[in-house]
Amino acid sequence: MKIIVLVKQVPDTWGERKLNPTTGWVERDPRDAVVDEINERALEVALAHKDRAKDTEVVVLSMGPASATEALRKGLAMGADSAVHVLDDSLAGADLGLTAAVLSAAIASIGFDLVIAGNESTDGRGGVIPAMIAEHLGLPVLTALDNPVLTDASVSGDRGIESASMTAHAALPAVISISEAAPEARFPGFKGIMTAKKKPLTVVTVASLGMDAAATGSRNTIVSVAERPARTGGRKVVDDGTAATELVEFLAAGRLI
Amino acid sequence: MSNTLVLIGTDAAGAARSSAAGLIAAAAGLGTPVAVAVVTPGTGDALAAQLGALGAAQVYLAETDAAGSLLVGPQLEALAAASAALSPTAILVENSVEGRDVAGRLAVRLGAALFVDAVDVAVVGGATTTTHSVFGGAYTVQSTTPGSLAIVTIRTGAIDARADAATAAITRLPVSVSEATSATIDAITVSTEVSSRPELRGAKTIVSGGRGVGSKENFHIVEELADALGAAVGASRAAVDAGYVPQSFQVGQTGSTVAPQLYIAVGISGAIQHRAGMQTSKTIVAIDKDPEAPIFEIADFGIVGDLFTVVPRVIAALDARAK
Repeated sequence: MKIIVLVKQVPDTWGERKLNPTTGWVERDPRDAVVDEINERALEVALAHKDRAKDTEVVVLSMGPASATEALRKGLAMGADSAVHVLDDSLAGADLGLTAAVLSAAIASIGFDLVIAGNESTDGRGGVIPAMIAEHLGLPVLTALDNPVLTDASVSGDRGIESASMTAHAALPAVISISEAAPEARFPGFKGIMTAKKKPLTVVTVASLGMDAAATGSRNTIVSVAERPARTGGRKVVDDGTAATELVEFLAAGRLI
Repeated sequence: MSNTLVLIGTDAAGAARSSAAGLIAAAAGLGTPVAVAVVTPGTGDALAAQLGALGAAQVYLAETDAAGSLLVGPQLEALAAASAALSPTAILVENSVEGRDVAGRLAVRLGAALFVDAVDVAVVGGATTTTHSVFGGAYTVQSTTPGSLAIVTIRTGAIDARADAATAAITRLPVSVSEATSATIDAITVSTEVSSRPELRGAKTIVSGGRGVGSKENFHIVEELADALGAAVGASRAAVDAGYVPQSFQVGQTGSTVAPQLYIAVGISGAIQHRAGMQTSKTIVAIDKDPEAPIFEIADFGIVGDLFTVVPRVIAALDARAK
């Protein structure tokens, strides 16, 4: 089985994240860039399958600036067999439609039985790319799986939907995404880090994918970006036994209870 | 006036999800609101009446035996068919797991611009314009498209407006769904456990617990305060990582972004990771033993103290007040 895992490099969620006030794009400082944790879990699903079925081939795919090489190298160190990096300056600030079109073209050119993504990135939080790719490729999509179970012919699992839990399955080839409930990812070992340097990392562009960037350009336009003023603290009391009563009075005064 | 389609999600009993009222109201602000729902053939009259009462001028009932058995496909084909019939300028969908899947596929199918997790939508200068609250409300971004169709997912609970009741004209349209491009639903288990409390997203009051709660066993203290207030229960990433509660409780940069009227943080220090998920709450209350905890920098009312002493007293004071 050939599995493509989508990987995105994002700003670290433990730091403060910013938007560029002019473009509205996420400020991507390479020093704070990390592999989105949900993608590491997605890769773990593929690698766990590879542990059981040795003929499994795992490809990590990322679209992003030059620094995204680091994210792909980490994927290779964790155990992926090869990496593909869509690197093209014309894609800076790409909207969802353009991103999905480019990733779909790259996925089709690599070939696959299964595409695994995270349910949503921690920066854009769109959560729509897996479904968009599935539509481009004419395949079923099964998103937000807590515990994907893979066989040679199908993928199944549980997913949390609004106030209910669903069990579902799809025949392969298919596109799936996993939720944060999926198992935690393994750490790259020393051997993995050393062998990663020898694994193939292919760089492709919009032109080499046979796409016309102008024909697939962004449709979304950012009108305005406003930063919210910082919130300030209010009353702070040290509990001397009466704080609870004070709090309830505060809530009642604000008609919050 | 142009048509705006609204995809209506339904619950296990076939009634519209609570998000329907806000979605229809948002659509009414853009044009003529047309509700689109998927039903099994011959059903849906009660649903249509409910949607009319919520302000839908028209209700499209897409009839298919695949309703409830195939995933995404039925809703996708329903909207595609209604879109072909009515040439809408906007299609609104709840920003739920299911809504996003449908919206994503539909945007590719129709070549439309896609906007996700909008907190407001309006027509500005003739163009559909969406408002987004980004990075937990640190930024407000407005977007539009030069294209003729905008597909927008609306954040659950973001639209407070309600439309006037209407008598909906009902159209039934049969749709066929391809099994080859749809996943199959094997079972749906309605979680009765959480239904006694409000859903985290869209709740008016939320009580969240953090690492300071100390253990899974102790987390009941957070739940008791929530129940005393009729609130939803949340948690910080630290509490989730420590295994006190499931991941679905998580509020933060990873997890849910919430903006309730009242947010009470119990034993939460307030790392950026957490603050970014709740800092636009109207009123924030923090209870933590560390006077230097960053949560107090954004709390309207902070109590420095032992949560195991303070919280039971708060519950007792609330009970006393209720009597």
